[in-house]
Amino acid sequence: MGAVLAAALGASLAGCSSTGGLRAEQERAAQAAGGKAAVNTPRWTFAMVTHSGDGDTFWDIVQNGAQQAAVKDNIKFVYGHDKEGQRQSQLVQSYIDQKVDGLIVSLAKPNALKDVVAKAEKAGIPVITVNSGVEESKAFGALSHIGQDETVAGEAVGEELNKRGRKKALCVLHEQGNVGHEQRCDGAEKTFKGDLQKLYVEGTNMPDVQSSIESKLQADSDIDAVVTLGAPFAATAVKAKEQAGSKAEIDTFDLNAQVATGLKDGSLGFAVDQQPYLQGYQAVDLLWLYKYNSDVLGGGKPVLTGPQVITKKDAAALQDYTKRGTR
Amino acid sequence: MSPADAPALKPAGPAESGGDERLLHRSLARRLMGRPELGSVVGAAAVFLFFSIAAEPFLRASSLSTVLYASSTIGIMAVPVALLMIGGEFDLSAGVMVVSSALISSMFSYQMTANTWVGVGVSLLVTLAIGVFNGMLLTRTKLPSFIITLGTFFMLTGLNLGFTKLISGTVSTKTIADMEGFDSARAVFASHLSLGSVDIQITILWWLVLVAVATWILLRTRVGNWIFAVGGNADAARAVGVPVTKTKIGLYMGVAFAAWVSGQHLLFSYDAIQSGDGVGNEFLYIIAAAVGGCLMTGGFGSAIGAAVGAFIFGMASKGIVYAQWNPDWYKFFLGAMLLLATLLNAWVRKRAEAKA
Repeated sequence: MGAVLAAALGASLAGCSSTGGLRAEQERAAQAAGGKAAVNTPRWTFAMVTHSGDGDTFWDIVQNGAQQAAVKDNIKFVYGHDKEGQRQSQLVQSYIDQKVDGLIVSLAKPNALKDVVAKAEKAGIPVITVNSGVEESKAFGALSHIGQDETVAGEAVGEELNKRGRKKALCVLHEQGNVGHEQRCDGAEKTFKGDLQKLYVEGTNMPDVQSSIESKLQADSDIDAVVTLGAPFAATAVKAKEQAGSKAEIDTFDLNAQVATGLKDGSLGFAVDQQPYLQGYQAVDLLWLYKYNSDVLGGGKPVLTGPQVITKKDAAALQDYTKRGTR
Repeated sequence: MSPADAPALKPAGPAESGGDERLLHRSLARRLMGRPELGSVVGAAAVFLFFSIAAEPFLRASSLSTVLYASSTIGIMAVPVALLMIGGEFDLSAGVMVVSSALISSMFSYQMTANTWVGVGVSLLVTLAIGVFNGMLLTRTKLPSFIITLGTFFMLTGLNLGFTKLISGTVSTKTIADMEGFDSARAVFASHLSLGSVDIQITILWWLVLVAVATWILLRTRVGNWIFAVGGNADAARAVGVPVTKTKIGLYMGVAFAAWVSGQHLLFSYDAIQSGDGVGNEFLYIIAAAVGGCLMTGGFGSAIGAAVGAFIFGMASKGIVYAQWNPDWYKFFLGAMLLLATLLNAWVRKRAEAKA
């Protein structure tokens, strides 16, 4: 028994990887900022309620940003999410019941949240909107909106596609009923000189996403660009393209470690990032500034965190940050 | 019958042995023990107690009204779904049917520039027709309802999106808040009474009315007996003259009616409807009914139980938020809570049956 253990230990020591793994992660974490409050304001509670589904990479990075700012500003940060408008508004209501000191809400389903945001303001809770709802934010009486204008981001994609001489593009929507996603594709369609088609896929079911894109590429061999609306779907689109034997360039909205690697090795063309870390971080920080000093940023206009077009030349620097979970 | 044969008029009691057992007056406690919802009531009390201790804001009046509202949005649908399950069938299309109903109402009013009540009426007819379609298909084909309504579920999901895109050009409907009749319809389907700082949503009222009507049907009418009979044994029921086909179609129409109520609530509280919503909610209704003591095999259950089941669900889903637990674990707690409530439910029922 002891001999087996010793052998196993010996094997694992001898079989060390000099790259990657937990050790590399810990080294990166040591380089990242530590966690201690930098202010002596009271310990306020801020709640964030988003329209994210379960296990969403993008919102995870938003949360990381918010957590980091919360540590620095001595804030207790709580988070809730539901992809269905009715339940998202009930979540906001339950944080109002708890009398939190500030609210951060994403308005992907603005109509569902209109009343409850008004209720928060009536209860004297400052609200900042993030990520989606740039048109509604001001009308609903939020302090400010932090995010990117989806239409503007879409237009940037259309222009970049023109620059790359593309003729026929496919826009892959992975969340049916998300107004922001529609705006992205419509924006791209507006500036893109070629022909752009929409394809709806079931974002919670990756194999389905792959087979849908695959069959579309097989059906139409003229498609020379595929634009996915979320980072995790870019790698899937690359797989679909290889399976279908298509020549299309894969481009994507948003960023993650895989996308950074893909940009570096050339399997992806470009990415349009809206810097989710910044959205979470700024939302908490701006609420803190408002509570502490009545400061409001943006002068009544949304505070834009994107679009930032990322290509091969930026990829190397971003690779480390994506692994750290902040880009 | 001669007077000599007439039975002596004296109250029958449990002490009397050798009498007809069907004429026994059982004590109130005994009768309560045999009710399907007893276990869920105990489960609900346990969940309530747990969150009263674990989550400080849970017991505030405003929090409880939020919990009740969340429960009512599930509960309105759980009532007819429970009746359907007692009748021995499932409806997997119930979740998206709610959204279909809202979409029909909104788009009809908008496109025809009609008074919103016209849209509401058309929506009721179309939604009931979907219910009839489910019921007819089930009774004609003799296929399991699981398969039939799964088909309807996918078709409705596709129709919701396809029609909305075709008609409105986007994935959500256009606003109808500035049209005639909107305000009165909102008053009926989506208003709330303010008692001080507490909002009581009208859906809670609708929910209670539906529970009362369904309970009356089940326990006091011939139709109620039919529902229990077709769920217990359809062939035997048919043999003794129960209209099995009519009963089942009626049950599906009941689900459609509640889907219409829920759909109009969605529409008039949020004004615009996202066409992709509603998927997956059908399981919440089934869970609420099952936690409330409806058997998955049919023939046993109650509407009150389904209401208590929906209340357990509402408490668990919002209590976790009030307790400020990490939301990553939310679904795990929800599942564990439902399992525990159902286990407790089964245990209480077993004890009750042993005593009865």
